[in-house]
Amino acid sequence: MKILVGVKRVVDFNVRIQVKADGSGVATDGVKMSMNPFDEIAVEEALRLKEAGKADEVIAITIGTKTSQEQLRTALAMGADRAIHVETDEDVQPLTGARILNAIIAKEEPKIVMLGKQAIDDDNNQTAQMLAALANWPQATFASQIDIDGNVANVIREVDAGLETLAVELPAVISTDLRLNEPRYVKLPDIMKAKRKPIDTFTLADLGVEPAASVKVLKTSLPATRQAGIKVETVAELITALQEKGVI
Amino acid sequence: MGKVLIIAEHDGKHLNGSTARAVTCAQGLSAESVELAIFAADGSNVAEQAATLNGVTTVLLIENPANEHALAAILAPQIEVLASEYSHILVPSTTFGKDLTPRIAAQLGVPQISDIMRVESSRIFDRPIYAGNAIVTVEVPEGVVVATVRTASFPEAEKTGSAIIEKREINIELPSHTRFVKLETNGGDNRPDLQAATKVVSGGRGLGSEENFKTIYALADKLGAAVGASRAAVDAGFIPNDHQVGQTGKIIAPELYMAFGISGAIQHLAGIKDAGTIVAINKDPDAPIFEIADFGLVGDLFEIIPELEKALS
Repeated sequence: MKILVGVKRVVDFNVRIQVKADGSGVATDGVKMSMNPFDEIAVEEALRLKEAGKADEVIAITIGTKTSQEQLRTALAMGADRAIHVETDEDVQPLTGARILNAIIAKEEPKIVMLGKQAIDDDNNQTAQMLAALANWPQATFASQIDIDGNVANVIREVDAGLETLAVELPAVISTDLRLNEPRYVKLPDIMKAKRKPIDTFTLADLGVEPAASVKVLKTSLPATRQAGIKVETVAELITALQEKGVI
Repeated sequence: MGKVLIIAEHDGKHLNGSTARAVTCAQGLSAESVELAIFAADGSNVAEQAATLNGVTTVLLIENPANEHALAAILAPQIEVLASEYSHILVPSTTFGKDLTPRIAAQLGVPQISDIMRVESSRIFDRPIYAGNAIVTVEVPEGVVVATVRTASFPEAEKTGSAIIEKREINIELPSHTRFVKLETNGGDNRPDLQAATKVVSGGRGLGSEENFKTIYALADKLGAAVGASRAAVDAGFIPNDHQVGQTGKIIAPELYMAFGISGAIQHLAGIKDAGTIVAINKDPDAPIFEIADFGLVGDLFEIIPELEKALS
């Protein structure tokens, strides 16, 4: 069984992003880039399934510029067997991304596509669900536990009401949430070894994918900020302040 | 001019308050009507609650045993059947809406807007990116607008309306590849719902243990508040995941938010930015949460919580 796992290059989780003064976007020049943290969890889970004998091959895929091969190399260093790079310099929105992944699953026929539940740049939380729709596959989003039992995945999902368990027949799309696992650290010898692992490159045209109509970003701005209020010294002072505001 | 369809969230008995917030968002679209669809096995109670929401003209009730649990793969094809009548399809941006809405959009071949926080016009919206550290104003291309609504950005619609309830049948073959197994909730107590509560008392890593979290529950009960938590507290096993507040947990807008032992990671702050009054209690005077708190108190929460409780008695 093959697992296809999505990897997106995003501004590193620890960077405090800067909105450009002219409203044209978020500054990314010279900013540290990394694999989307939810995707790292997806890669880790795919590897654990392989190590548990539930999968034979883990294929990492990314969509993006040439530089996003760095994130594929990270996935390969973590333990993925090979990688696919769908190269484009255009901004790829979720529906187009889902079309690309759908074209790849037609070629590779994986049993599971594992994707992070959202990317921490655009925070869309859409691609996995869209892919499931296009492929006509079941979806199990926001996974915090995955058990493969023959042709069925039992997935515990983090939902607002608590923890929901779904049984989905394979093939299926699964999106990963934070508490699914803790991704491994990559060791130097693995990084060296990853350099020899193959990366296949395709364009959208190679795959016969038409980009979907895009949502147009008119401007990017700073959010309204909250000002720091006052420090109180005692509980009594706090209670008085809250009573004056009428909130208790 | 067009018609808006809102997909209601409910648990089979009660309409979720997030639906009423999506109704308020829909009011900004200058649509000729706002309709609400309820997919359920037996949904007449929920339909009656939905019919009271101001601004809703018609409640569509689609009853089918397959609709007992809200499964995206089951609901999306049914919504696709309804879609041609509408200019907009809105769903609350809860885990229900986040799971379902992209599947609807992809079936319709249109992009989806996540987390509408402001309506500029019927096709132009503001939404947050980078955990709310930037806001983008986006324009939707031609076709039906499919979007989720950031619930903390809109108040609940009033409940003084009386919409028509209309039963609909959608006869299509539904997939059998997805089966609901169970839902484990931590409900059953009488505390207010975290997303609907006007007051929230929240604890972080500073609480130190599951045992110590009892003091948070006790204080919440004194205030009639819901209980929240930071990701760190959930990861440490002090409290179940459905209490998590923040970017990947719940985004809330209570009138009063009290944070105990929460340092204030940006992902947590993203979940509370719309709160009326934020109170932070932390022993570290440099904790980032103080940068956004209206009232800060530096000190030992294990001394402060009992003092607060006593003062509120």
